[in-house]
Amino acid sequence: MTSAPPASAITAKPRPGDRVFSTATVVAGTLILVTLAAVAIFLLAQALPAFTAEPDDFKGDADNFWQYVGPLVFGTLWAAALALIMAIPIALGIALFISHYAPRRLAQGLGYVIDLLAAVPSVVFGLWGISVLAPAVQPFYTSLTEWFGWFPLFAGPVSGTGRTILTVAVVLAVMVLPIITALCREVFLQTPVLHEEAALALGATRWEMIKLAVLPFGRPGIISASMLGLGRALGETMVVAMVLSPASIISFALLQSQNPTTIAANIALNFPEAHGIGVNILIATGLILFVITLAVNMIARYIVDRRKEFSGAN
Amino acid sequence: MSVVTSPPKSPVGTPVSNSLTAGKLPRYASVYVLVACIAVMSAIFAMVAIAGGTDFNIVAAVFLGVVAYVVVIWVLSRAVEGPRKAADRFVTALVATAFTIALLPLISVAWTTLVNGLPRFDIQFFSESMRNVVGPGGGALHAIVGTLLVTGMATLISVPVGLLAAIYLVEYGRGRLKHGITFFVDVMTGIPSIVAGLFAFALFALITDDPGIRFGFGGSVALSVLMIPVVVRSSEEMLKLVPNELREASYALGVPKWLTILKVVLPTSIAGIITGIMISIARVIGETAPLLIIAGFTTSMNYNLFSERMMTLPVFVYTQYANQGADAQAYIDRAWAGALTLILIVALLNVIARVVAKVFSPKTGR
Repeated sequence: MTSAPPASAITAKPRPGDRVFSTATVVAGTLILVTLAAVAIFLLAQALPAFTAEPDDFKGDADNFWQYVGPLVFGTLWAAALALIMAIPIALGIALFISHYAPRRLAQGLGYVIDLLAAVPSVVFGLWGISVLAPAVQPFYTSLTEWFGWFPLFAGPVSGTGRTILTVAVVLAVMVLPIITALCREVFLQTPVLHEEAALALGATRWEMIKLAVLPFGRPGIISASMLGLGRALGETMVVAMVLSPASIISFALLQSQNPTTIAANIALNFPEAHGIGVNILIATGLILFVITLAVNMIARYIVDRRKEFSGAN
Repeated sequence: MSVVTSPPKSPVGTPVSNSLTAGKLPRYASVYVLVACIAVMSAIFAMVAIAGGTDFNIVAAVFLGVVAYVVVIWVLSRAVEGPRKAADRFVTALVATAFTIALLPLISVAWTTLVNGLPRFDIQFFSESMRNVVGPGGGALHAIVGTLLVTGMATLISVPVGLLAAIYLVEYGRGRLKHGITFFVDVMTGIPSIVAGLFAFALFALITDDPGIRFGFGGSVALSVLMIPVVVRSSEEMLKLVPNELREASYALGVPKWLTILKVVLPTSIAGIITGIMISIARVIGETAPLLIIAGFTTSMNYNLFSERMMTLPVFVYTQYANQGADAQAYIDRAWAGALTLILIVALLNVIARVVAKVFSPKTGR
């Protein structure tokens, strides 16, 4: 690995210790790539039978794999989108509060408090969602359908338990909040101080300074942070499995007791009892989820990396 | 505000006591307005509660009070200070509100877990398994042992691989392999946990030719897939912090590269690396979905990672909640006690990480 530069370079004496150690590190590094490839290969190998499965093998009234996975993909995307719509504005607010509004001394502590949210295991969020949040928001849902039932999203009949996709999305939003906040905070703190001071010197208020200097600088960071949050929301399992009352439908209604479920939750709920080709079908849906999240994450990382290259400042 | 004050409007007619503070709201105006708004809303809600005979809804009162504050401060500021300053105050109020909103679920989760978890947080919970237990009684010893074994094995796999990969990236790596590894480590951090579980299942189902395979070691492999990228990222950051002068001084003394890394670079960064490992353990110890898939669930003790189903704490919480028996409250109590244990373990790991970072960080005494 230690290739010598040309001409007058002095080549070091090859030592066995060096050889062994550097090989070990290369192997470990390559092992990570191999693992990622293995995830794709083994999932694909186990998923193949599902694509040619008979109509009887599917739960519900799906005739082939794509009909079975369609509502699940829709539910996954819909729940994640709802969660992000709620999480992004709040995460931006928190990130700005910590980076530009809170007193300097408090800022780090406040950031740590938000990071605590990321430390709570998802199964605890699931318990909380079903036993605290769902009963608490149910009366609110009832009045929402009474007053705004004419709006398709809030159409009735309202769920009597509060275990709807909107509740799930709220919990998911809480879970992706720390991820988006942490990244946005980092990006906002990297804003060149000269830009900020120049804006202030021209007489801008703090908000105008943020609009002029911080947000344009941080836009790629905000986009990629949101994508990473999206990746997390797409793959989150236990909250959806515990809180949602699922059905195999495609529906945009937020407050009804029939909700489209997500791929991950569907696997978690059905895998323990699955057997034979049912296992292959569930693994195939997992493969679809893997492909979706892989694409989302790669796009996000691509945006981050591209920015790293052209901004020489940091 | 750290902003240059706008030039005071020329006061026509009315004498101004201090021309510097003209055209500005008083210093603590926002605090007074906030308190007043919440008080007014509380009063309204209290009257509604008394009139309707319902409970006083404190969350709604505070929430509407804050909304009212955002509107009132904007109107006041616009009247006195002008539209630009008003927009600034409006955004300040919104941003602070966003932070407070994020605190609500955190407080609520911590409080409910504590209140609901304490009734069964007793010695029996930590000394018995669920074998032959129907209804009240029983404990989570089998789950705690399983969690320690599975997570411990995952750590044993992840730390060498992750640390060596990080050393490669910082000390040896160059060219496309380095870029590829960096990129895909980042991508790997986003793999959904359930996909990691399915991967472990698919792998071992093919290897052992057992389509219903469930065992603890598979859970360790699944957790490793989730843990390795975190270890790599945090160790890489820490290794990058080691000053190059230390390495060069070591080379100048004729020390081989591998000994330089082992004796100079690693000891310098060991505190940060251990902190990162602790935090990665804390991250995977609460994972439920992959263990539900590959480790399965059982009610008995199992000390063998390589055969039979193995219970873990997050799965214990889930199954206690999902499969409630005749005496539902007993199951729910056990679920919450398990959740409380889990949160305490995660908190403990985080505290240890911070202590390690403090104690073992290289002394910069001069």
